[in-house]
Amino acid sequence: MKADPTSFPPGRDGPPHPLWLRATHWINALAVLIMVTSGWRIYDASPLFDFTFPAGITLGGWLGGALQWHFAGMWLFAVNGLLYLCLGLSTGRLARRLFPVTARGVLDDARRALAGRLAHSDPRRYNQVQRAAYLFAILDLVLVGLSGLVVWKSVQFPLLRELFGGYDAARRIHFYGMAAIVAFAAVHISMAVLVPRSLLAMVSGGPRPRRPGKERAS
Amino acid sequence: MNFFSPWHKDNAEAVTAEARDLLRKRLPRASRRRFLVRELTLGGLSLLGGCVIDDDATAEAALTRISRINDWAQGRLFDPSLLAPTYPDSMITRPFPFNAFYDEDQAPRIDAGGFRLEVSGLVAGKRPWSLPELRALPRYTQVTRHICVEGWSAIGKWSGPRLGDFLRAVGADLDARYVGVHCADDYYTSIDMATALHPQTLIALDWDDRPLPPKYGFPMKLRIPTKLGYKNPKHVQAIFVSDTFNRGYWEDQGYNWFGGS
Repeated sequence: MKADPTSFPPGRDGPPHPLWLRATHWINALAVLIMVTSGWRIYDASPLFDFTFPAGITLGGWLGGALQWHFAGMWLFAVNGLLYLCLGLSTGRLARRLFPVTARGVLDDARRALAGRLAHSDPRRYNQVQRAAYLFAILDLVLVGLSGLVVWKSVQFPLLRELFGGYDAARRIHFYGMAAIVAFAAVHISMAVLVPRSLLAMVSGGPRPRRPGKERAS
Repeated sequence: MNFFSPWHKDNAEAVTAEARDLLRKRLPRASRRRFLVRELTLGGLSLLGGCVIDDDATAEAALTRISRINDWAQGRLFDPSLLAPTYPDSMITRPFPFNAFYDEDQAPRIDAGGFRLEVSGLVAGKRPWSLPELRALPRYTQVTRHICVEGWSAIGKWSGPRLGDFLRAVGADLDARYVGVHCADDYYTSIDMATALHPQTLIALDWDDRPLPPKYGFPMKLRIPTKLGYKNPKHVQAIFVSDTFNRGYWEDQGYNWFGGS
């Protein structure tokens, strides 16, 4: 059978990406963009390392403005993130799409990808590298969120504070978590550009699966 | 003009009016107030959030509203029985950083003998307090982490009476919403009553077992380890209890009012 890029074998999931997933994905993208760029401005007020972020790529204009953005974006990030996790877990999608994932599988798929032999024909099926990367992004954002809670309220969250090793350690972890999600985003966006179909699927939900005996009008 | 004259009036309204007047002089920091769009060059964000950040005033109003919601959320989150961590003397940061909106050599010099802490607003006893009188209250010492809104932190050792003990001693209305302060360096701020009554909220008279040096706020500072540095005013000269005054030097420029940690 010739591969038809606009159709996929029928599956129980319907479109590759349901509406709730696409909505939470793009809201998260906006929330992370706000948090990262305003966070850079806050970082610049008292840099942890020997560099600052150029003011032009930061959000807020000054420390007070950046803090306002950061603590407004916080709600968008948290509410949307919790909604995503609840829906992902309750629908079973998270378990179905992101597992199983093995170190062996990730290495094999990475090798295949570098050799140009990794197919993206079905956006409903994530390869092992994708699974590992998306799980990494989810766990990293959870880490950034929790360490952020400690930086924000080190007195009110004593258990979290001790888990992160105190205020200063949480502040560093918060920074490294940011760096990790920015690195993820750089790769993620590059891949989306290289495989535009995956980007379109995240916007429109992707091509519907072919249903036996019924032509899709489009 | 004696800028503290209104504090002598037994009238919380006068206090508020005076503060508003001070604010008006301080507010127009154009560069800061126009912070929202001017430096935002991220095309993607402009597109995605176009409707929100199109307009400076709209965005600023929305962010300010959310900051008010965050005040409320932090008030709900605040647990009066939770204590900020304390540290051994060996962990005190030396030298402890000086931080203010002016240079160290501009820190006000206050005459200890002539100092009188003004008390006004919703309190029964409005007579001013001298330093020996403040020192006669039960003294507490704590080594806590001072966390700056900029992100850095430093550990210091402060001693003095509890603000809660002082408020009870002056017969303050403990059901009032705010406790405000005015400082010799023209700084002013206000805190919620729950934090004012927190056992770790001190009227700090000593730093590292010696009277506060001018750079750390002689003759008294509010030491509130459950709040960020800008809620820890130095050179306090007047304390007032109010249901309406929820302002501050930095807060009026956009810092979150609750500023809790």
